Amino acid sequence: MLRYVAGRLGQALLVLWAAYTVSFFVLWALPSDPVSLLLGTDPSDVTPEQLAAVRHEYGLDQPLLVQYVHQLGDVLHGDLGRSVSTRQPVTTLLGDAIGPTAQIAAAGLLLAVLLGGGLAVAATLTRNRRLAGTLLGLPPLGVAVPGFWFGLVLLQCFSFRLPLFPAIGDDGLASIVLPAVTLALPTGAVIAQLLSKSLTAALREPYAETARAKGASPARVHLRHALRNASLPALTAAGLLVGGLLGGTVVTETVFSRPGLGRLTATAVQSQDVPVVQGVVLVGATVFVLVNLAVDLVYPVLDPRVEQWRRRRTPRGHGTPAAVPQPA
Amino acid sequence: MTAPLLAVDGLHVTYSSPRGDVPAVRGVALTVAAGETVALVGESGSGKSTTAHAVVRLLAPGARITGGTVTFQGTDLTRAPARVLRSVRGVGIGLVPQDPTVSLNPVHRVGRQVAEVLRIHGLADRVSAAAAADEALRAAGLPDGVADQYPHELSGGMRQRALIAVALAARPALLIADEPTSALDVTVQRRILDRLDDLTASSGTGVLLVTHDLGVAAERADRIVVMSQGQVVEAGTPDEILGAPRDPYTRALLDAAPSLTHRRAGRPAGTRPAGAVTRDRTPSGPDRAGSGAVLELRGIVKEFPRPRSVGGGTFRAVDDVDLTLRRGSTLGVVGESGSGKSTTARVAVRLADATGGRVLLDGEDVTAARGGALRAVRRRVQLVHQNPYASLNPRLSVERIVTDPLRAFGIGDRRSRHARAVDLADRVALPSTVLGRRPAELSGGQRQRVAIARALAVDPDVVVLDEPVSALDVRVQAQVLELLTGLQADLGVSYLFITHDLAVVRQVAHDVAVMRNGRVVEHGPADQVLHHPQHPYTHELLEAIPGTRALAHP
Repeated sequence: MLRYVAGRLGQALLVLWAAYTVSFFVLWALPSDPVSLLLGTDPSDVTPEQLAAVRHEYGLDQPLLVQYVHQLGDVLHGDLGRSVSTRQPVTTLLGDAIGPTAQIAAAGLLLAVLLGGGLAVAATLTRNRRLAGTLLGLPPLGVAVPGFWFGLVLLQCFSFRLPLFPAIGDDGLASIVLPAVTLALPTGAVIAQLLSKSLTAALREPYAETARAKGASPARVHLRHALRNASLPALTAAGLLVGGLLGGTVVTETVFSRPGLGRLTATAVQSQDVPVVQGVVLVGATVFVLVNLAVDLVYPVLDPRVEQWRRRRTPRGHGTPAAVPQPA
Repeated sequence: MTAPLLAVDGLHVTYSSPRGDVPAVRGVALTVAAGETVALVGESGSGKSTTAHAVVRLLAPGARITGGTVTFQGTDLTRAPARVLRSVRGVGIGLVPQDPTVSLNPVHRVGRQVAEVLRIHGLADRVSAAAAADEALRAAGLPDGVADQYPHELSGGMRQRALIAVALAARPALLIADEPTSALDVTVQRRILDRLDDLTASSGTGVLLVTHDLGVAAERADRIVVMSQGQVVEAGTPDEILGAPRDPYTRALLDAAPSLTHRRAGRPAGTRPAGAVTRDRTPSGPDRAGSGAVLELRGIVKEFPRPRSVGGGTFRAVDDVDLTLRRGSTLGVVGESGSGKSTTARVAVRLADATGGRVLLDGEDVTAARGGALRAVRRRVQLVHQNPYASLNPRLSVERIVTDPLRAFGIGDRRSRHARAVDLADRVALPSTVLGRRPAELSGGQRQRVAIARALAVDPDVVVLDEPVSALDVRVQAQVLELLTGLQADLGVSYLFITHDLAVVRQVAHDVAVMRNGRVVEHGPADQVLHHPQHPYTHELLEAIPGTRALAHP
């Protein structure tokens, strides 16, 4: 177990390094010059000496590989550099942004799981075909509707018409509700789609019939037998879903004028603030890696066969090499 | 006479499909008395399984009862409300499902799944349910400690015992067993059925045993009900059914049942229906073509690395196996799952590399053949898989499938390949109209014929058949076996025939090798191995063939 976790952590570090490296070279290859942006829009004001000084400060006068090695070394020491536009340390900017984003992302994920899971269970449990059809028609709609539009509709309804929640800003619990709902919608829709499909499949499995043959009620077959099996595919997609959630914060935080990682990303990209963009990439990759690690650790708890599968990944024999002959 | 425990009368079940309603069960009537075992026999599609499931109204989605009554202890279950039905399931009627490998919930411990029956019906509290579950598992013949294990940690036979424990935990008056052993090895099958007999006999439980195997039915049942195309065609005691079958369908089923073969062989020749395969019809291939070895395995060893989590090292799946396939003959390799027979076959066709030993094709060592040499081996040794539903690419036409090997080896042009496809279809007794169709439009038997045609396309010397008929109904099985022996007589091809079924081997093999735990325990001419077995394991296998005991005192 410990060995497995250590191995996975090593892999995680490798992924982080790869994400950082790829973003470093991609950003370098983009046709832009952050320095000239920093010095203002009119290049004629700047003397070549000033330009050289700034370039030197950011290390841009050195060969690319030297820059890369230096920056990587700094990152390992926890120094992500300074923002080109605001001159603040990137770590400070990220630190300030993570809190508000984590709040709406966590609330959004919780809502998404509750809404999506609830919808999937309700749709497969109901005997009313029309109701099931209606419920199952909702998730595709949720995936198709753009997040910003839904956010604006929510604002219109629950901030302007009915002043229940604040429209903008980050001010206590009430200000989290609308952004969280906006974030939860597409994610919850995907969860509902995945889960309703795998629930339907699980309910057709022979073990579900065994449960019915015991005299179990439909609710019991659903909740005790099918749901846990059916949640496994959705769990596998959790990494993707959280990634989508983080991407969604860019739009949501812009619509609701909230501070956070999404806003930070949007402004950094717009002003070609390379150190900040790289910091955001690193944070995103870290979250992604941690979520997947968590999923891998939860999987064996939910499904006792998982360890077994991992064993079988060794070169497959045809037929089953029953290691120990068991009595029938 | 008192009312029977279960009385099914005029039962109709209909499946709704996109092309309209399809009747699956048409007016079936049968009864099961307390303490009686009734076998419901028929081929797949006969409606036997649907009938059994209709009793407890556990039908597949899309199926519904359209008429008739199912009276259990005085209640008509077809009209009972869901709540009443649930109170009967598990307590009044227990169900042992068909495939034990998928019928236990993989994420719950076995003990909990047995205890659940009692908990649902309020027959026990948490503590006493666990104790009762242990008791039920023990009664089903499982060792202590199984209750704390997960289904995947148990063998198929153990899982079926656990399911029997589930079905009998609440001491139901009626047990419905739907092909309870057809997914299991033959020796395991016998032990499971014995256990089922003991448990139900001691408690006076009525049993409705659904099976495709007349041998099993004859051995276990007080009465046999034969179904075909949704209707009961014949019912009676085993002696009546086996001794004097009245319905032609029953007779066909009897003739095809491989386990009852030597009974059939003992009959006057005139009563044998055309198409029956018996030992005396198998070709004199080996004598005609001389008895040189075409394929030899010498000291084959195949090891798989054992996962580190169980201590590492290696697991020896095949252990020093010597086999000789004579030209134009059939070598049957028999064994139960885990015996290494399939791995041996894969080594023989060079789909797996042996850890040790040599594979000789016509005396030439091909153990390490690579590249062009390996392709030459592939052309001479072809493979037919067990499951014709999975081994044919569903997107290709039959013609494309059959001629695929020709294409792979660059043989012929479009026109000659088409001609070859027509010729091959003819050889395997398929109408040439199937060439334009896709596998999904064909029956299982037709698909296996396509797979055989594909294997023969490049005129191989050896065809390795890995359980070629075990996925097929008995009557279709008999037809495919007959086809294989006919092709061998015409083409002189040699077969390495892998099977778990000694009864099948008896019909086709010239030589037999019995494998167990990776080793060959007995090897010799078929007559000798089957009639004068030397090794106790061969004895056990032969005795486990269902029907053997029924035949002993007809």
